[in-house]
Amino acid sequence: MSATAQAASRRNTSAQRVFVRTVGNRLGDASMAISSGLAAVVVLAILGVILVDIVHNGVHHLSIAFLTEAPREGMTAGGIFPAIVGMVEMVFLMTLAGVPVGVATAIYLHEYAPAHSRLTRLIRIAVANLAGVPSIVFGLFGLGFFVQFLGAGIDKVFFGGQKVYGQPALLWAALTMAVLTLPVVIVATEEALRAVPRELREASLALGATKLQTVLHVVVPQASAGILTGMILAVSRGAGEVAPILFTGAAYFLPRLPKGLSSQFMSPSYHVYVLATQSPDVDATKPILYSTVLVLLALTFVLNIAAIVVRARVRRQSSLAH
Amino acid sequence: MSVLAPNVTPATKLIVRELCIYYGEKKGVGPVTMDIAEKHVTAFIGPSGCGKSTYLRALNRMNELIPGCRMTGEVKLDGDAIYGAGVDPVTVRRRIGMVFQRSNPFPKSIAENVAYGLRIGGLKEEREISMRVERALQQAALWEEVKDRLNDNALGLSGGQQQRLCIARALAVEPEVLLMDEPASALDPIATAHIEELINEISADYTVVIVTHNMQQAARVADYTAFFYMGELVEFDRTDVLFTKPSNQRTEDYITGRFG
Amino acid sequence: MRTLTSREHTNREYEQELRRLREQLLLMGAKVEEIIRGSIRALVERETALAEQMIAFDKKINQLELEIDELCMQILARRQPVASDLRFITMALKLVTDLERIGDLGVNICERVVELNAEPPLKPYVDMPNMAREVQEMLHEALDAFVAADADRAQHVIVRDRNIDAYYSQIFRELLTYMMEDPRNIFRATRLQSIAKYLERIGDHVTNLGEMVVFMVKGKDIRHGGRQVI
Repeated sequence: MSATAQAASRRNTSAQRVFVRTVGNRLGDASMAISSGLAAVVVLAILGVILVDIVHNGVHHLSIAFLTEAPREGMTAGGIFPAIVGMVEMVFLMTLAGVPVGVATAIYLHEYAPAHSRLTRLIRIAVANLAGVPSIVFGLFGLGFFVQFLGAGIDKVFFGGQKVYGQPALLWAALTMAVLTLPVVIVATEEALRAVPRELREASLALGATKLQTVLHVVVPQASAGILTGMILAVSRGAGEVAPILFTGAAYFLPRLPKGLSSQFMSPSYHVYVLATQSPDVDATKPILYSTVLVLLALTFVLNIAAIVVRARVRRQSSLAH
Repeated sequence: MSVLAPNVTPATKLIVRELCIYYGEKKGVGPVTMDIAEKHVTAFIGPSGCGKSTYLRALNRMNELIPGCRMTGEVKLDGDAIYGAGVDPVTVRRRIGMVFQRSNPFPKSIAENVAYGLRIGGLKEEREISMRVERALQQAALWEEVKDRLNDNALGLSGGQQQRLCIARALAVEPEVLLMDEPASALDPIATAHIEELINEISADYTVVIVTHNMQQAARVADYTAFFYMGELVEFDRTDVLFTKPSNQRTEDYITGRFG
Repeated sequence: MRTLTSREHTNREYEQELRRLREQLLLMGAKVEEIIRGSIRALVERETALAEQMIAFDKKINQLELEIDELCMQILARRQPVASDLRFITMALKLVTDLERIGDLGVNICERVVELNAEPPLKPYVDMPNMAREVQEMLHEALDAFVAADADRAQHVIVRDRNIDAYYSQIFRELLTYMMEDPRNIFRATRLQSIAKYLERIGDHVTNLGEMVVFMVKGKDIRHGGRQVI
């Protein structure tokens, strides 16, 4: 009898002919399912507790008025409109300054830099370290470099010593935040570029395209989902950080909306800190506090979901039934 | 392909002399010396890893994309050197096009795929672009199937159609030579037959060089066949001669299946 | 990376099929030689029984022809042979045809022998056996050349056909004189002349075998003086 026939006849003994799983296998599978399920439940529970607490305490104070009025009576009443405006303006400037630089850096790193040169490795190490710097350090950097050095210099040259930019300003806060979110943009963009299949680049080059044309017309469009995702994540991060804007532009209270790049601004995240620590009347400010947090959280969620949706949509478009 | 008449010596399109391809210090392929006939089909066959694809890519300077890869020797297209100081690889690739093993259409519409080469080449007039797109799609035997959905995403086409789209895309820039790296190896037999028929037709106007691991395909499609083994060009002759009475024993052993 | 040194096909079944084809061809060749030998012996020794035995024997040769054709067809369909294998298979198909015709000619000789043995011998056989021996040797040489894949030996066989033609002319002239001498000789003389003609045709077929062996070994088609360049 051949070897295969012998093995087959061994398998066909009565005990093994029925398709039954061993007890050991079943226990193993079950315990794995249960324990990993429990871990997921714990995570959800934590999130749930936070949400429930905030929603419960903050939702009843939410109203259109809340969102469109300025704070009054020492923050014990009124809304957070200026804070929202301030944040929007800051994020807008931050994106404008940070995203192009981040995307260009990633393009250089992935497409043009020689793969194993010292410079490339240096840049990558720098980006990784930048990502790990505590945000308060960014704040101090912003203060020292942007406000006191650049700002003072601009004042001396353009404003004859008058203090315009040499003090906390929207511009400097935005630039500081741009620097902080650079690693996010760079990493997300590089990942997106890496995901573009080599075959697409080859196809473009084989048609007589230059490298620049290939990057602009094929690689970047194909990577746009990832780049967009990076941008949205950067925005989401920027909206919530307090420490960097603490010294560089955020204000405790502003009577009117920011006038220009040199003005200070209010921000919901800083506002939460202010409400929690500087309030004259804790009971009155507590609902406002919760509502502000709720708004902040809602914004974060919306941005993250937007990132997911955008990424899914663009991904579907670039990989139909391959 | 016309059945190659017995004593016809066609004009030469590409001249290759002592071409060697190195990966770092190691020699991958060569030295190769051959004349590639104009408006005929030349096939490269050989076992996996014999260097035929590497050699093919050297003909349109695609090897330069691989770090550490360098070339010695010369390649001339109609007398113009392809390598050398001052030669722009981009212009080389406009005259020598390439189709790859797995179809790689851009995630754009069908029309935009075919027009890509034209647009980056600087062509701006929309009417001219549409005309050449249509012509290319007809040459690739795809026009009838897609003429009503030129704006649909190219990735919605079947595998065989996508490959024909890639061929149309390459033909749109009107190269003089078309290099094909195992163009049908990822396709089913019927799609393969379409591609082979296509190669027959376009060889009337273009010089075609095809790498294939399928010997029967080379026998069906090519006028000239080159057999590579371990980085060396072993034999290069008319297909009918190579497959009935090869002069080199290694060729004989390989094509009859006597190895190992 | 495996080196191309072995002369055997990677596919063992294919190798066996080719081997079997070769064996069958040689078997057929041997049987054809036997028929020719037997038919000449029957003529010279006037053995009618042997002649009839040989006529029946031809069935085996025809059977082999069918078998070999079938085998070639299968190999062509399944293996897509190229180069030397392709030449071997296509030549095998043609070899078989020529061998079968030689066998038929042997049968024809035996039929004439049966007729001749009904009457007393016309003359002592001198040239006929010589011619027959020459033809048999040629056939044997051609088959040996096939086995050894020796194109030069095959070429020699082709050249020897001249001798056969010379023998035929000689025998024919001699028989003519017998016929002119006495009308009663005509029946036997014409039968003998037929036998000589058959032997001459066997020689032509053997020449074909030689040409095919040359093509198989060298890839050069030397039939009809080779392909002319037009």
